[in-house]
Amino acid sequence: MRQRRGRLRLLFGTELPVAAMVAFALLPWLWMMLSSIRPERELTTTPIILWPQTLTLVHHIDLLRRTSFGASLRDSLIVATGAVALGLALAVPAAYAFSRFRFRGRQYLRAQFLVINMFPVVMLILPLFILMRQYGLLDTYFALIIGHGTFTLPFSIWLLTSYFEGIPQELDQAAMIDGATRMQALVKVVLPLAIPGVVAVGIYMFIASWNEYLFALMLAGREVRTVTVALQLFIGENQIQWGLLMAGGTLVSLPATFLFLFAQRRLVGGLTGGAVKG
Amino acid sequence: MRRWATPWLFLAPALLVTALIVLLPVLNALWLSLHDVVLFRPRLRPFTGLANYVLALTDPVFWESLRHSLVWVVSAVSLQFTLGFTGALLLNRAFAWRSIARALIVVPWALPSVIIGLIWTWMLDFNLGVLNVLGVRLGLLSASIPWLAQLDTAMAGVLLAIAWQGFPFFAITLLAGLQAIPDEHYEAAEIDGAGIFQQFWHITVPGLAEVIVTSLLLRMIWVANSLDLILVMTGGGPGTATQTLPLHAFLTAWSGGNYGQGAALAVILTLLLLGVVVLMLWRRRET
Repeated sequence: MRQRRGRLRLLFGTELPVAAMVAFALLPWLWMMLSSIRPERELTTTPIILWPQTLTLVHHIDLLRRTSFGASLRDSLIVATGAVALGLALAVPAAYAFSRFRFRGRQYLRAQFLVINMFPVVMLILPLFILMRQYGLLDTYFALIIGHGTFTLPFSIWLLTSYFEGIPQELDQAAMIDGATRMQALVKVVLPLAIPGVVAVGIYMFIASWNEYLFALMLAGREVRTVTVALQLFIGENQIQWGLLMAGGTLVSLPATFLFLFAQRRLVGGLTGGAVKG
Repeated sequence: MRRWATPWLFLAPALLVTALIVLLPVLNALWLSLHDVVLFRPRLRPFTGLANYVLALTDPVFWESLRHSLVWVVSAVSLQFTLGFTGALLLNRAFAWRSIARALIVVPWALPSVIIGLIWTWMLDFNLGVLNVLGVRLGLLSASIPWLAQLDTAMAGVLLAIAWQGFPFFAITLLAGLQAIPDEHYEAAEIDGAGIFQQFWHITVPGLAEVIVTSLLLRMIWVANSLDLILVMTGGGPGTATQTLPLHAFLTAWSGGNYGQGAALAVILTLLLLGVVVLMLWRRRET
C-alpha cells in the first residue's frame, strides 16, 4: 500500500512534470520535422489540418534538386571542418601550456580568454567586415574558418586545460627523460590519452560553426553560403515556401543534434564545471 | 632562457590569432566610431571626434532600442531562469529515465538561432501556425493573432523563442549546482524537523547562490549581445517594435551603410555591459 502511494507520488510529482518539460523542449523541433514530410496541401490549408494524413519526402527532394541548398551543405561542412582543424591546432598547445607550466601571468591570461566572450559580436563584426574587404578576404572559406575557429577558443582552451590537468605530468617527464621534446610529449603521450576530451571539444567547435549565422552572413554569403544564411534567404522570399524551409531546417538540425547528443555528457559536464567553479 | 620561453611558444598561435580577430577589431571599432565612415567612400574618412556618439545619443531610436534591450534582457533571462530552475529541481529527483530526460532537455540549445527563429515563426504564423490553431480550439484565444506582425505582440513572440532556446542552459547549470549540495545537509534538516519549503529556503537557495549569480551574469551578457534570433524572426520590426541595441548598431551599419555610427553604437553597448558586470561583481564582493 505504502509502496503504491510512493509510486503514485513519483509519477505525479516528478515523472509527469519532467515529461511535460521534455515535451516543451522537443515538440517545437519535432513539429518542424513533421511539417517537412507533409505535402504542401496539408501545410497551407486553412483551417490547418493538425494530424498528418500522408507523409512525403517531396520537400527534401525538391530542396536538394531544385535549389542550391546542396552546395550550402557542402560549404557549411568545409567551413565547420576547417574551423575544427584550426581551432584544435590553436587550442591544444595553449591548453597544454596552461596545464603544464606555471608562468607569470598564467592566471591573468586564463581569465582574459574568458573576458573575450564579453565583447558584442556586432563590435567585432563591423571592423572585421571592413578589414577583410580591404584585403579581399570577403566571401572566402578562409574568412569564415578563421572567424569561427577563433570565437570558440576561450571555452575550448578552458575545457581542454581541465582534461590535460587530469593526465599525470609524470608521463610527460618520463617521455622527456627518454629523449622526447615537449612537442613530442604532447603529441605522442598526452594527446592520445586526452582523445575523448579532444573529440568532445572538436564536436563543440563543429556545432558552433555549423550553427553560426552573423559571421556567415556578413563575411560571406554569395560565393560561400552556409546553410544558416541559405535558410534565412528562403524566409526572405515574398512567397514563403514552408515545406522547403522545414525540410532545410530538418536537414541542418539533425547532424548538429546527433553530434550534440553523442558528446553531451562530456560537454555539459565541462560547461557546468565552469559555471560552478566561477 | 628556453625554460622561460617554452609556455609562450605553445601559447603564441592562439594569442596571435585572437589578437588578430578580437583585439584588432576592438581597436578598429574605437577608431571607426570617431570617424565618418561610409562604406562606398573608402578614400574619405574624416575624423569627426565624438560626433557619432552625440548623434547616436540624441537619436530617439537609440533610447527606444535601449528600452527594448532592457525589456528583452530582463524578460528573456527571467523566463529562462524560471523554466530552467523548475527543470533543474525536477531533474534532481531520482527516477528511472533521468539521464535520458537530462540529455533531451538540452536539444533546443544545440539548434542554430536561424532554425529556432524558423520554428517559432512557423508555429506563430497567423493562418498556419499551430499555436494559434490550438489556442483557438482550446479556447485560450478568441481569434488567431498575427503575433510577429503586431506592434504590441511582436516582442512577446520573440521572447517565447529565446526562452525556449535558453532555458536548458539554466536547467543544466543549476542541476550541477544542486548535485554539489551534500545530501547530509538535507538529512540533518529533516531530523531537525524542517519542512520542504524550509529546506528549500535554508539549504537549496544558499547552496546555489554562487551558481545562480554566475549563470545569471553569463546569460545576461549573452542575451544582451545576441541579435540573430530577432534579426531572423522580425528584423527588428514591425517598425522598430523589437529593435534592441545590438540590432540597432548592426542595422545602422549593414542596411544604413554608416559604419562609423554603427561602431559608436557597438562601443556604447559594450560600455553599458561592462558597467553592469563591474557593478554586479563589485556588489557581490561587498556582501
